[in-house]
Amino acid sequence: MNLVAEVDRQRILDRVKSSGAYHRLLAFSGLLVLMIGFSLASPNFLQTANVINILQATSVNGVLAVAATIVIISGGIDLSVGTLMTFCSVMAGVFLTYWGLPIFVGVPLAIVVGTCCGTVTGLLIAKLKIPPFIATLGMMLIYRGMSLAICAAKPIYFNSTPGFTDISTGTIVGAVIPEIPVPNGVLILFLVSMLVAFVLGRTILGRFIFAMGSNEEALRLSGVNSDQWKIAVYSLAGAVCGVAGILIASRINSAQPSIGQGYELDAIAAVVIGGTSLSGGRGTMLGTMIGALIISVVANGLRILSVPQEWQIVVTGTIIIVAVYTDILRHRATV
Amino acid sequence: MSELTTIMSELVTMTSIDKSFPGVHALKTARFDLRAGEVHALMGENGAGKSTLMKILAGVYRLDRGEVRVSGKPVNIQTPRQAQELGITIIHQELSLMRHLTAAQNIFIGREPRKMRGLLVDEKMLNARTSEIFASMHLKLDPRAPVDSLTIAKQQMVEIAKALSLKSRVLIMDEPTAALNELEINELFAIIARLKASGVGVVYISHKMDEIKRIADRVTVMRDGEYVNTVPADTTPIDAIISMMVGRILGNEQVSIPDLSAAPMALEVKGLRRGKAIRGVSFGVRKGEILGLAGLMGAGRTEVARAIFGADPLDAGEILVDGKPVRIGAPKDAVQAGIGYLSEDRKHFGLITAMDVRNNVAMASLERFAGRAGVLNEDGMRDAARRFIHQLAIKTPSDQQETRLLSGGNQQKVVIAKWLLRECPILIFDEPTRGIDVGAKAEIYKLLNALASQGRAIIVISSELPEVLRLSHRIAVMCEGRLTGVLPGGASQEDFMRLATQRPSAVSEAA
Repeated sequence: MNLVAEVDRQRILDRVKSSGAYHRLLAFSGLLVLMIGFSLASPNFLQTANVINILQATSVNGVLAVAATIVIISGGIDLSVGTLMTFCSVMAGVFLTYWGLPIFVGVPLAIVVGTCCGTVTGLLIAKLKIPPFIATLGMMLIYRGMSLAICAAKPIYFNSTPGFTDISTGTIVGAVIPEIPVPNGVLILFLVSMLVAFVLGRTILGRFIFAMGSNEEALRLSGVNSDQWKIAVYSLAGAVCGVAGILIASRINSAQPSIGQGYELDAIAAVVIGGTSLSGGRGTMLGTMIGALIISVVANGLRILSVPQEWQIVVTGTIIIVAVYTDILRHRATV
Repeated sequence: MSELTTIMSELVTMTSIDKSFPGVHALKTARFDLRAGEVHALMGENGAGKSTLMKILAGVYRLDRGEVRVSGKPVNIQTPRQAQELGITIIHQELSLMRHLTAAQNIFIGREPRKMRGLLVDEKMLNARTSEIFASMHLKLDPRAPVDSLTIAKQQMVEIAKALSLKSRVLIMDEPTAALNELEINELFAIIARLKASGVGVVYISHKMDEIKRIADRVTVMRDGEYVNTVPADTTPIDAIISMMVGRILGNEQVSIPDLSAAPMALEVKGLRRGKAIRGVSFGVRKGEILGLAGLMGAGRTEVARAIFGADPLDAGEILVDGKPVRIGAPKDAVQAGIGYLSEDRKHFGLITAMDVRNNVAMASLERFAGRAGVLNEDGMRDAARRFIHQLAIKTPSDQQETRLLSGGNQQKVVIAKWLLRECPILIFDEPTRGIDVGAKAEIYKLLNALASQGRAIIVISSELPEVLRLSHRIAVMCEGRLTGVLPGGASQEDFMRLATQRPSAVSEAA
């Protein structure tokens, strides 16, 4: 009998189960099942135009989910990602349309605004010790109110800035390879998620984000200035929200001050479906991307099948619960 | 006692118990028996399977193979509730009370006396019945006291009262004295004695030999998930029990005390104050010295350590490193000044248990491994971690093993490696051997001595008195937030107790 091999096999199995890989595999198979199901149900689903539609619809929520992932792995929560996105798009409108700044100045400036807003949130949480849920709930309302106030509750259009809509809807990839006209918004989502995945996996900030989410006090007692790093976490998330703000404004060629609320819940849903633990310390960018895709695929597929929108929402809610339940089952199995 | 009555009073018998967890064969043909009215100590190194065996009895885990009999009848315990119905209660190391409820509400949770046809809880009856139980335990405690206002010792009493209210005949206690002071331990032992007299069988899991000698009737030793032996507590020498536990005989080498009067001061503290916990503490540690910081539980030892490290703010006082005053407002300042602190609670304050050995070893020095744009040099971290795994003989399959999967002794070594990598010349060890088994303890002692002989200044806090007395070159004794005296190494327990119980009034009377 081969007891050693058996123990080894068990150990490897445990490792796979307790690393996020198992959950990501589940989420990914879920995504595949959904896509196969929809393509069987409707021949239109896998048409190139529709796939690009799905990807385009994922880009804004995907980028917001990236921001939410950073914060959630660090052990926090950010309810303000949606309205911060809106605020950044309004500020882009101020810079480009009101002030007439050139596009290569106005766009980075809007992202800087997002970063600074994130820094403020970080200060509230790290220095004033306001719980993240409360601090970001407050900031969510502040951004919403300020967005409405700045543009007197009316949308700002970007008609005076030629090329602005290309940021999201143009296609650099399509210009090179005409067969796959992937919109720039999707490319940007890809780049942002790769960049943040790199930050999480390979840099000191990333390592501290995971450490903070696992055990902040142990990090502090290692002599690390955890307050300072926590502020960095929210600043980075704010910058990513700024990118989302540009993307959404460019896609609809306007800054709409009244949207944004509710986006934070879609973003958190994507994170959770992707297997990131809401208690912090565990999660991956790849999981979040799969989660965001699942949400878009469900919405798109159900729409193609002419399921009313209200039922799409019900299905999304069900998916969140099922996703988290499989996570719980996995943990129970490893105890 | 005749053979016949022994058999008659057999409360619990567990035979050929086998239990596996994924990747671990935790119990192999383990056995245990418990008689009514006895205290039966269950001993063994960490990982020997004591807690697993008792959790099977209490219905927390299910056995794979084997037989459990309660009062002679075979039983199949599947859930904690079934165990409770059979009169078996376990008091876990981490108490499981609801902090915001009162003592009485905790004791009768789920079984509250009702009134108004069961619609309302009869609080009066609830408190009256709790008072009765407390009275039977000779315990002075208000049933209406919220649990979080009680000391750990009193909370434990509440757990015992809960067990009594369930008419438990078997009480399992897992390291009940870990967080108690001398007086509280006496009180607990008095209650255990009364439980014994009333016919309750007590299973007592502990690492502390002197306690076993004081209260246990029999001792069962386990090793590597297997039964080793059961012996009478009073006639078996401690050394014999220890060698059963570790499977070999441990040397009891006495530490020689070096002459350090010429060595420069590494750390000095003057007039430290913090609320009621620290009321004016001054001492110094020389390079190469191990200073024991001793005192009974609650004397303020850990508070002093945390304050020096900047984990808690000081009201007043001066800290000098290498003769120069330093300002320490947060742990980062202390680390900057070369002070490392190893907390008594490794899992919560020392390690990030979800992370691997490599990252934990590097955690205090991560900036050093970050290149441009903050990208980490994983190869450098791996090499550093492997160096310390080798140097400190850390038992781990690799530097990428999660630290939660390591034993207590090896976890402690990972924390030590963290501060060695940071090159801290001053190390404060708070309960360095808590929850560490006997074999690994000796290794940690050796390590502390080696660190000191390399010229580091070391402060050791321990509530195990023989440990402090054996390990320290000098011993600073605290009582109620004050330093009551400094003893030379190798001082007797009597010397220590005299200083450790020296209330301020007694000091002035003696003067």
